[in-house]
Amino acid sequence: MAQMTLVQAITSTLAHEMERDSRVVCLGEDVGLNGGVFRVTDGLQKRFGKDRVIDTPLSESGIMGASIGLAIAGMRPIPEIQFEGFLGPAYDQLVNHAARFRNRTRGTVTVPMTVRVPVGGGIHAPEFHSDSPEAIYTHNPGLKVVMPGTPTDAKGLLLSAIRDPDPVVFFEPKRVYRSFREEVPDEEYTIPIGKAKVVSEGTDVTVISWGASVFQCLAAMDELPEDVSAELIDLRTIHPMDSEAVVASVEKTGRAVVVQEAPRLCSVASEVAALIQERCFLRLHAPVQRVTGFDTIMPYAKLENDYLPDAKRVGEAIRQVLAY
Amino acid sequence: MPIRTVYQATIEHTQILDERGVLDPALSKPGTPGILTDEQVLHLYERMLEARAVDERAFVLQRSNRMYTYPQNKGQEAAALGSGFAMRRGTDWIVPCYRENAAMVMHGMPWHHIYLHWMGDERGNVVPPGVRVMPIAVPIGTQMLHATGIAWAAKLRREDAVVITYFGDGATSEGDFHEALNFAATFGVPAIFFCQNNQWAISVPRETQTASETIAQKGLGYGAACQQVDGNDLFAVHKAVYDARERARAGGGVTIIEAMTYRLGDHTTADDARRYRDQAEVEAWQARDPILRTRVYLESKGLWDAQRQRAGEERAKAFATEVVRAAEGIAPPKPEEMFDHLYAEMPPELRLQRDTKRTSSLGQDPSQAGLRSEPQRA
Ligand SMILES: Cc1ncc(C[n+]2csc(CCOP(=O)(O)OP(=O)(O)O)c2C)c(N)n1
Ligand SMILES: [Mg+2]
Repeated sequence: MAQMTLVQAITSTLAHEMERDSRVVCLGEDVGLNGGVFRVTDGLQKRFGKDRVIDTPLSESGIMGASIGLAIAGMRPIPEIQFEGFLGPAYDQLVNHAARFRNRTRGTVTVPMTVRVPVGGGIHAPEFHSDSPEAIYTHNPGLKVVMPGTPTDAKGLLLSAIRDPDPVVFFEPKRVYRSFREEVPDEEYTIPIGKAKVVSEGTDVTVISWGASVFQCLAAMDELPEDVSAELIDLRTIHPMDSEAVVASVEKTGRAVVVQEAPRLCSVASEVAALIQERCFLRLHAPVQRVTGFDTIMPYAKLENDYLPDAKRVGEAIRQVLAY
Repeated sequence: MPIRTVYQATIEHTQILDERGVLDPALSKPGTPGILTDEQVLHLYERMLEARAVDERAFVLQRSNRMYTYPQNKGQEAAALGSGFAMRRGTDWIVPCYRENAAMVMHGMPWHHIYLHWMGDERGNVVPPGVRVMPIAVPIGTQMLHATGIAWAAKLRREDAVVITYFGDGATSEGDFHEALNFAATFGVPAIFFCQNNQWAISVPRETQTASETIAQKGLGYGAACQQVDGNDLFAVHKAVYDARERARAGGGVTIIEAMTYRLGDHTTADDARRYRDQAEVEAWQARDPILRTRVYLESKGLWDAQRQRAGEERAKAFATEVVRAAEGIAPPKPEEMFDHLYAEMPPELRLQRDTKRTSSLGQDPSQAGLRSEPQRA
C-alpha cells in the first residue's frame, strides 16, 4: 500500500497498464516531456518512449479523431484533452464518431479508447478551465462516462476503462487532484464501470453525488445534528448509472438530495431525480432536491465559490427534506 | 507537355532593423510607405516600456496572490505594438488571443481590464464604447473565425475597416485556423492573420507542432498573401501589417504574417518552462529582446540615452502602479452579476435562482419547506 494523491494514482495506473499492454498509448497536448499540465503523465514518456507517450499538435479534433483511428486499428489509445472546456473542438469526433461506430457497423468497428479529461472548478483557473459538462456526454448515446473522486476509485476505474471495449470518458476532478492522499492497494484491481459506492451508510436521507462535490456533501453531513443519519452515495460512474444502488438507498431513506457542480438544467442530477421519482414514488417523504451549479455560465474565479454548491447549500437542502 | 509546374511560391522573411539595431538602408529609404519615423519609434518605445512594466507587475501580482494565472507577453512587444500601430483606432478591428495586450490597449482596451480578466473578473472583458477590440480569447484558435466574420461584415457593408487577428504558432494546428483562413480568402474579406510564432506552444516546440517549414506558407493553400517577418523588429512588423492593411483596403484580400518572436517567460504563471526548454535558447533570445534592439537603434540616432532610459523605466513603473490601482480599486463583483448578462431578457427560472441563490425547489420556496405532510400511500 502506498499513500497517493489522485494524480499519483492515475499516473501509476497508466504506467501499470502501459507495462502490461503494449497497445496502450497516451497522447495529447503537453503530455510527453512536460508530463501534462497537471503532471498526470509525468515521467511516462521517459519510461515508455516517444512512440507511446506522444505530444500532439494543438488540435483536440485531431487528438480525438486520430485516437479513434488508432483504436479501430487495434491500439488502446488514451487521449488527454487538457481541460474539459476544450472538448468543444473534439465534440464531433467524440459524439458523432467514437460513440457511433459500434452501432452503425453493427458491432464490426469498435472504438476502445479512454478519453482522460480534467474536469470541474474550484482551482481559480481561467475561463473554460472550470466547467462540468458530464451531462452532455451522458445524454449522447454510445459513450461511457466515469468520474472517480478518490485515488483508490481512480485506479480501479481507470483499469476498467482502458480495458473496456467501448469509448469511455474518464473525467478527473481537478479540485481533488492533490487535495488529499490515501492508501491505494499495490496489487492490480478493477472497479466495474457502472457501480456506485456507498460512502457512508444512513437511514434518514440519501445524498447522491460524484466527483469533487462528494467532499462538499461529506462536509455538510459533518454539520448535521447527531440524530440525523444520512447515507452518501458516490456514483463514480455517471453512465451507465448504478440505478439499483440509488433506488435501494432511497427505498430505505425516502428522501434524496442530489449534488453536482454542473448547471441544473437537463443535467445528471435531473436524471437521478427522475429515476427516483419513477422508481421510488411511493416511498418518498419529500420532493427530491437538486443542489447544483446555477443555470448560467461558470463564472471567473472571483465568483467561482458563489457558483459551486458548498456544504452550506447541501446541508440546508438535507435539513429541508428532513423537515418537509 | 505532360508534366508542367502549375504552382510555385516563395516565402520571404523580412528584417528591417537588424539584431544590432541597424536599419537596412534600402528597405528603410525615407518616404517608403509604412516605414516608422523617429517620432513614431520613440512613441512606440515608450509603449514597449509600459507594456513590459505592466507585464512584469502582473507576474509579481500573481506570485503574491493578487492575480490568478497570467500569461506573460514578455519578449513579444514589438510584434504587438508594431502591428497594432499599423491599424487605425476606432475603425479597424483588433481580434486578439492573449499575448498581444499592448495592441489591445493601443486600440482602446484599458490596461486594467486586462488585469481584471486575469484577476478572475468578467468585467475585464467589457469593451468601452467606440472601441473595436474584442476581449481576450482563451480557447485556442476560435477568435480567428470571428475575425473573418467581422471582416466579412465590413466588406458586405462597404465599410473601410480592416480586421487583424492574433494567434500563436500552436493555434495553427486547430481546424478553426484553417477554416477561418479559407473563408477569409475565399470571400476576399479585409483581414490580416497575424501569427506570433514565439517558438513554443506551452511545452511543444514549433518543429513538433507542424512539419511545415514555416507558418506563413500555410496561407498558400488558401490563396492568401504570405509573409514572414522578424517579429522582434518593430520596423519589419509595422511595415508588413501596413502593407497587408493597404492590400486589404484595396480589395486584395487576406494576408497571413508570421512574426518570428520568442516567449521569454513561462507559458503562464502556472507553467515552469525549465522542464522542457534549454536555458541557452532563452538566453540567445534574451539578446534579441525587442526592447533592447529598439533602444540601441534610438541611441544610435541620438534620440535616447541612459538617463532617458532611467526616466522612462521610472515612468513605466509608475504607470504599472496606476494600472494595479485601477484594477484593485474596483469593488468585487456581486454574485448576482453571474446571472445578469446571460440573456438580454432573463428567463423566470434564472431570476428565481438569482434571487434565492438556490437551485433546490425547497431552497427557492421556503413556504414549501414549511409544509409538513405525512407521506401519502396509494
Ligand atoms: C482549444 C484549446 N486547447 C487547449 C488549450 C490550452 N492551451 C492554452 S495556451 C496553449 C498553447 C498555445 O500555444 P500558441 O498558440 O503557440 O500560443 P502561445 O501561448 O505560445 O502564445 C494551450 C495548449 C486552450 N486554451 N484552448
Ligand atoms: Mg506559441
